[in-house]
Amino acid sequence: MNHSGTNHSMNVLETAPELSPKRQWLGSFKNMREATLILIIAAIFVTMSFASEYFLTWPNMKAMMLSFATEGIVVVGMTVLIIVGGIDLSVGAVMCLAMVIAGKLFLLGMNPWLASVVSIGSCSFLGYLTGLTVTRIGLHTFIATLALMGIARGLSMIITQGTPLSLFSLPPEFKFIGQGSVFGVPFVIIVFFVVIIISDYMLRNASAFRKVFYTGSNEKAAEYSGINTNRVKLGAIILCSTLAGFAGILYMSKFGAATPNFGVGLELNIIAAAVIGGASLKGGEGSVLGAILGIALLSIVSSSLILLNISVYWQDLIKGMILLMAVSIDQILHNRRSSR
Amino acid sequence: MSNEVIMEIVDVHKCFGPTKALAGVNFTLHQGEIHALCGENGAGKSTLMKVIDGLHQPDSGNIHIKGKKVVINGALEAQKLGIGFVHQEIVLCPDVSVAENINMALTNQSKKWFVNYSEMNKRAKESLKDIAPHINPSARLDSLSISEQQLVEIAKALSLDCDVLILDEPTAALTEAESQALFNIMQALKAKGISIIYISHRMAEVFEQCDRVTVLRDGIWVCTDRIKDTSPDNVVKSMVGRDVGHLYPEKLQEDFANLDVMLEVANLSDGDRFNDIQFKLHQGEIFGVSGLIGAGRSEMVKAICGLHAKTSGEISFKGQPASIKHYSDSINQGIVYLSEDRKEDGVFLDVSIARNISVLKLEQVCNNMKCIDPAAERKQAQKLTDQLKLKSAGMDKPVSSLSGGNQQKVALAKMLSVNPSIIIMDEPTRGIDVGAKVEIHQLIRKLANEGVGVIVISSELPEVVGLCDRVMVMHEGEQQGTLTGDEITEQNIIHLASGLGQKTESVSGTSKKTIIKTKGLEVA
Repeated sequence: MNHSGTNHSMNVLETAPELSPKRQWLGSFKNMREATLILIIAAIFVTMSFASEYFLTWPNMKAMMLSFATEGIVVVGMTVLIIVGGIDLSVGAVMCLAMVIAGKLFLLGMNPWLASVVSIGSCSFLGYLTGLTVTRIGLHTFIATLALMGIARGLSMIITQGTPLSLFSLPPEFKFIGQGSVFGVPFVIIVFFVVIIISDYMLRNASAFRKVFYTGSNEKAAEYSGINTNRVKLGAIILCSTLAGFAGILYMSKFGAATPNFGVGLELNIIAAAVIGGASLKGGEGSVLGAILGIALLSIVSSSLILLNISVYWQDLIKGMILLMAVSIDQILHNRRSSR
Repeated sequence: MSNEVIMEIVDVHKCFGPTKALAGVNFTLHQGEIHALCGENGAGKSTLMKVIDGLHQPDSGNIHIKGKKVVINGALEAQKLGIGFVHQEIVLCPDVSVAENINMALTNQSKKWFVNYSEMNKRAKESLKDIAPHINPSARLDSLSISEQQLVEIAKALSLDCDVLILDEPTAALTEAESQALFNIMQALKAKGISIIYISHRMAEVFEQCDRVTVLRDGIWVCTDRIKDTSPDNVVKSMVGRDVGHLYPEKLQEDFANLDVMLEVANLSDGDRFNDIQFKLHQGEIFGVSGLIGAGRSEMVKAICGLHAKTSGEISFKGQPASIKHYSDSINQGIVYLSEDRKEDGVFLDVSIARNISVLKLEQVCNNMKCIDPAAERKQAQKLTDQLKLKSAGMDKPVSSLSGGNQQKVALAKMLSVNPSIIIMDEPTRGIDVGAKVEIHQLIRKLANEGVGVIVISSELPEVVGLCDRVMVMHEGEQQGTLTGDEITEQNIIHLASGLGQKTESVSGTSKKTIIKTKGLEVA
């Protein structure tokens, strides 16, 4: 039996800044989106442990975590960008592009680690260019990243000429990051935890990330408080593209291949996870922990449906309904709070 | 002008929470007269007009139109009763054509499935014929200048065949010639028997164009006089006439000339909203910047602290040239700006009090890892809000949970968190109750006494007169003069703010006089 997903979450909660005095901690816990999600996930765990004896086994836990660990890294970037008031439709395509660039460079004879660094750097640079169209020209991130989605996907297609790159010859130490395990725990899961623990702490406490909340909450007031909001927005867009590039490299190592049509539609799953986790599309609200719980919930539901022998054709319907419910409940609570 | 009463308002009261916006207002409008409505900002003019237009319901009191008692529920009913309203701010749709804007009400009431554009354009052309024949009815509204948009707004009101036309500061955005065209139309409408309620701060217009004048002050009806029986002086006195002296803290005793210069501004222009501004701010004084709304006051002070682009200007701070490219540079040097629109850009409403106060310099509540120490952040907020006697349920509560006055204290605490040398306050007491107002005035004086240089922009004349040691007055982006000591009276400020002092300046030629004697000048 292992509940590492939820246990870990509790640790992060304890480090949350406002909650340090014990009583306040309990008080805020009740109001937090994260708490609701933890309860829902716990309820699914309890139900499923009765419904299927396979559910609460280490292989199943591992499989579920593996299914969202890499995407979970991208969710971090998406959450930051949503908090600043933006959105990124290009993450799926950028992940794919990262994979394709690194794979192609490796096949051309470059050291795979260097190729990965170059590839992630290219993704950051594309993010930077996209960010400039937002901050300098004034495009909405929705449109700018929609364009980037097409550009990144197109580049992947051009580089690969539409056929997957087979990367069997990747050295074993490189394959290890995507396929290896440490004491039975997949390395990807370790990377995932390191990334989310650091980013959750940073997002709550680092002064640079605080500016993300200020900007998303009221951009004009942030500007009138001396915050360079364009720089904050640019940084968030670059972070999102960079993390997508990083996740692409993890996938490349995992699959030992680079496919030009990888990650189609992935961005919607990631956006849904962030929003279920409490990120507000109006900006100013959200947390890494919530978003991770959001993607965990989606993944646990999928896995449960499979274990319950429910047809895969039901999955999208149910995911759609979860998203609709989460967002509706949030809006109702919001309305109630503001009308008070 | 006949003496037939077309509209009568009897003893109307209207409260917003504890604020009495109208307290027993009487108003009679005769057929075919132009009736001026005067009063300071906040005197209740707009509220009264909104009651007439059905946007607000009076708490008590009656409205009679043509002798019949009416209840007006909304602008549509007001339209049906023959009331047309030209708002001070332009309330038109910028993305559609002039004709569509003018015919908005008709389209709204039309039962037809399709819009007949050629007829619509014809009607629009008809409406624009007298007032602005040069405007193309099929042009997009946002391709027009502000003054042209104002003319469209007027044409729209006229197109509704109204008996009563309300014009709320219509000339504020118009040029001289356009104003004259509007006056001609007003006289023509009057000859047709249409009654006009004319709201304006400009005494000259009131006395040239109107038949009678009603003055409101603090929501109370003060007087209604025939223009030929009164004088601009009398009207201004009625608008102002109250003893506010004791509400304000004692002024600076020392001669400002003996004080150190904190800030010196010269040749400051932005090529649009203000031009060639120059002044000195001394340590420990409260320097007022006055003028009508839209005179360029806010833009001017924002240009000083990097929040508005300037095309020229030298700014020196404590004798050194200040290089301020972004507002953060200004904060680092100790010059902070309190924004005029608290909800829009002054505070983060959904964010906690503590986090609002720390925003200007997060480093102050950070540990050496550049991470925020929440305890330090709360402590800073607690200390500052205690000083300002803020009433709250805790530093972690969102600012939206506070009253207007307390929200303003959060905005002030934010300014004080960086121990500023200069605070620029834009409308520091707008929309807050009298008690909090007095506290904030005392705080401003206390800051000045502690050696902070304070610049106050206010549209409330009593506040400017009661609080400031010196007052610079602007009119349409031009500096009109600076008043000191006994010269700071509402009459003198109104005189300069309405642009009547410009002659004094042009006489002095291009010489850079900062102080223009205006003692003894009459209004209008």
